[in-house]
Amino acid sequence: MKKLITTVAALATALVAGSAAMAADSIKIGDINHFKRLAAFAEPYRQGIELAAKQINDAGGVLGRPLEFIHRDDDGKPGDAVKIAEELMTRDGAVMLTGSILSNVGLAISSFAGQKGYIYLAAEPLADDLVWGSGNKYTFRLRASTYVQAAMLAEEAAKTDAVTYATIAPNYAYGKAAVEAFKKNLKALKPDVKFVTEQWPALFKIDAGAEVQAIEAAKPDAIYNVTFGTDLQKFVREGTTRGLFEGRKVYGLLTGEPEYLEPLGAEAPEGWYVTGYPWYAFTDGPAKQFVDDYEAAYPGETPKIGSLVGYMTAKSIAALITKAGSTDTDAMLEAFKDLKVATPMGEITYRSLDHQSTMGAYVGTTAVKDGKGVMVDWSYKDPAPYMPSDDEIREMRPAD
Amino acid sequence: MGLFVAQLLTGLANAAALFLVASGLSLIFGVTRIVNFAHGSLYMLGAYVGITLMGVLPGVVGFWASIVLAGVAVGLIGVVIEICVLRPVYRAPELFQLVATFGVILVIQDLTLMVWGGEDMLGPRAPGLKSVVRILGEPVPQYDLALIGITPFILLGLWWLITKTRVGILVRAATQDREMVGALGVNQSWLFTGVFFLGSALAGLGGAIQLPKGGADLLMDFSIIAEVFVVVVIGGMGSIPGAFIAAVLISVLNVFGVAYVPQSTLVLMYIVMAVVLMIRPWGLLGREEKAGEHGQVGEPQRPIRPAGWIGRSFVLAVVAILALVPILGSTFAQVLITDILIFCLFATSLQFILSTGGLVSFGHAVFFGGGAYVSALLVTYFNTPMELAFALAPLGAGILAIGIGWFCIRLSGVYFAMLTLAFSQLVWSLVFQWGEVTGGDDGLVSIWPSKWLSGTTAYYYFTLAMGIGGILVLRHIMHSPFGYALRATRDSARQAEATGINVKQIQWMAFTLAGAFAGLAGGLFVFSKGSIFPDELSISTSFDALIVVFLGGVKTLSGGVVGAAFMEGAKDWLTRLEYWRLVLGLVIIAVVIIAPDGIVGSLRKLGERLGIVREEESMQ
Repeated sequence: MKKLITTVAALATALVAGSAAMAADSIKIGDINHFKRLAAFAEPYRQGIELAAKQINDAGGVLGRPLEFIHRDDDGKPGDAVKIAEELMTRDGAVMLTGSILSNVGLAISSFAGQKGYIYLAAEPLADDLVWGSGNKYTFRLRASTYVQAAMLAEEAAKTDAVTYATIAPNYAYGKAAVEAFKKNLKALKPDVKFVTEQWPALFKIDAGAEVQAIEAAKPDAIYNVTFGTDLQKFVREGTTRGLFEGRKVYGLLTGEPEYLEPLGAEAPEGWYVTGYPWYAFTDGPAKQFVDDYEAAYPGETPKIGSLVGYMTAKSIAALITKAGSTDTDAMLEAFKDLKVATPMGEITYRSLDHQSTMGAYVGTTAVKDGKGVMVDWSYKDPAPYMPSDDEIREMRPAD
Repeated sequence: MGLFVAQLLTGLANAAALFLVASGLSLIFGVTRIVNFAHGSLYMLGAYVGITLMGVLPGVVGFWASIVLAGVAVGLIGVVIEICVLRPVYRAPELFQLVATFGVILVIQDLTLMVWGGEDMLGPRAPGLKSVVRILGEPVPQYDLALIGITPFILLGLWWLITKTRVGILVRAATQDREMVGALGVNQSWLFTGVFFLGSALAGLGGAIQLPKGGADLLMDFSIIAEVFVVVVIGGMGSIPGAFIAAVLISVLNVFGVAYVPQSTLVLMYIVMAVVLMIRPWGLLGREEKAGEHGQVGEPQRPIRPAGWIGRSFVLAVVAILALVPILGSTFAQVLITDILIFCLFATSLQFILSTGGLVSFGHAVFFGGGAYVSALLVTYFNTPMELAFALAPLGAGILAIGIGWFCIRLSGVYFAMLTLAFSQLVWSLVFQWGEVTGGDDGLVSIWPSKWLSGTTAYYYFTLAMGIGGILVLRHIMHSPFGYALRATRDSARQAEATGINVKQIQWMAFTLAGAFAGLAGGLFVFSKGSIFPDELSISTSFDALIVVFLGGVKTLSGGVVGAAFMEGAKDWLTRLEYWRLVLGLVIIAVVIIAPDGIVGSLRKLGERLGIVREEESMQ
């Protein structure tokens, strides 16, 4: 009991002192992420944010004040993230929240933000429910939706004469949504396709040998892959060893992102049609500018998709506050309506329809060059043509 | 036919790493009685060390030498852990050491991140074994065949070591009765250190040998630990051939699970575990537990009595201060204390069966999460008013506890613990994989309290009333005749039986009560966070509760509350730091070493030694 009192007393003192000393100088943004649990993805994201913040502040900040991001680690736990969100807003003086990669943490923060009336810009979470099925007035999302990226791959798949498909996706909500979107779009474009097997390895616990055997046994014409991270590594290794990919077209969601392609090194699969981020191939324009800036700021490192998302997050927030003219929540909500932001991917808009940004995706074919996996024949695709119709979205989205 | 054989071979190859890690854990448990949570971390270290060595040592010889050296290196790390962390706490209450191993997990996680960085590393292929062999037309990787060939030799080697050498005789003797071995003049410390070396080396070998089929990443430690527990328990704790059979069984089962029920691969494993434990509680090749059957290990528990006036006024003062927090403190202080109170209630409910009942549950989170899910499901599907949904949380968790308790209380000791773990993992995997109803990993969101409770301060007072109320009720039950009967079953089931106490029924009721109160905490949790995810049912939530109870002091009444408040407070303060897991891990290890009776237990002893508290007063 004594310990409890000491803890409480210490906290109470810290709280009083903290709120009094709160600097009125910088504009603070609360950033919650899994910096420890998913260090490989969260660190490039943080560096992207810091690069943008530095550029913004060197140019005079926002509304004449510097922009400051407070990064907090949630250990990948939704419950902890919600607690930290409250702490950032009420104790640290943050004006809005951003962050999260894991969908469940993103959904938890979003629901909390909606309840408390805090603005939350979901940077990376993959769940489309954030803006559709569970969307709310206070939640916005930057990253291109899973649905759109799956639809881009489905469009390409429909051009081939493959009829039977196998899918493999991690057995959780993101994987299921990704498969569903691919099936729906592909069937709409090519009604005679058949899905002969669906594999659902548990996330980060793939039994790759068994999965490859099960897919091989179904003899599909083509494969749709949603696995990523270590699951992808194991799947690619077993699949290559056992010849699963020979003579088969493979469509890989996110497979082309440097986070996943780089660890594979020379063993990166060749000829897969993927979404990703070919930072090495840019020659001019804002996309190239970002890569140069990033490499200059972090010598010896190359940008990941997380870096780009972090960078665009910070740029979006700066544009938002500039447009709102204040850090008042209502003003910012108003400013978010069709907010336009100049980014390395070109101009994006936060749609007032569903709070989703129009960040698109790079698609291309994988190849191995100089012992590294890269995307070739790539192009940037605007998401608009791949979105569900406005009416469908209104149907899904709960009223504010 | 070809496919069937190929699948079987895949399963056998997968069993290799699993067997190595599990046999190490089993060996360590058998001799030292330490449930080594950090075993997954040793496996992860084996992978990282192995990958680094393989980058330096070339060729076929270099590859295999790297695997062996990785094993040796991790073995030595194990020795360091044993000497620095575990040796000082061998005399502590049974299972206390698992808190120390939890600290070790945190330290290793951050050190690994510091040394090797965050990016996933792909393991190199085995030189000379890069392609496939066609067996009945199906491609089978050569390395799989190598693994299938190697594993029996390792099993044979271990078998020889255990049955034919002097070391093995000592190990077996210690597994059966370590006090006797000590009494016969065997240096137990070095025996324990030696066993820890061997067990850790096996985990390291497991990590290194799987490299050509995977790689090294920072999530490996937790992703293997649940599976390893399953294997050890099914095989029988302390039995190496048992671990082998179970590893093969689980791996082959997984392979066929992938082929025929791809949606429910997780559930399958835990069903098998639960079934095996119900039929053979001590595992396939384990022996029925003899030690610790009569009474508890270590110094006897003291009798308890209700708090005196000092204690009562102290608690009253704390409640008064807490009641003033909304006036004096900030909003966030209320949110933080709400979290702490919920966790305190959850920990107290575990302490109730653990300390008073002597029933160590490794799966208590199933009731916490279960209660939360009951409320969340009701709100989501039936638009149940919050008040009703909240009231049904402890009820639902209690009913769940009646069901699970019916199976579990037939067992005792560590087998009871393992069966509770099996059931909680079973429920967790069901919730996780039954996405249509539970939302799976994306959980259930927008579970908010009614208008009158939706303010932070209102909910704070609600939690304060429910949390403190719940804790006081549980304490009251401990002092009631029922509580006395429960303690009798703990101290001597035989004598309790002889005095006319229906031991199993009392234990069953206590288990149900503890479940219901954990469910109450879960109900408070879901409405404070507004969402619920399967994490709250998972093994790590169970361990969190277990750790704070031991940290606070298992042989006390207030240990759970103190431990929970300490842990949550420390976490909130430390997570601001860059390497907070390292610091938190070291803090936990330090507390464990300084206060082997837990925070409350050790403070009490200190007080007695200094003469501040008299012995008969210090029974909080």
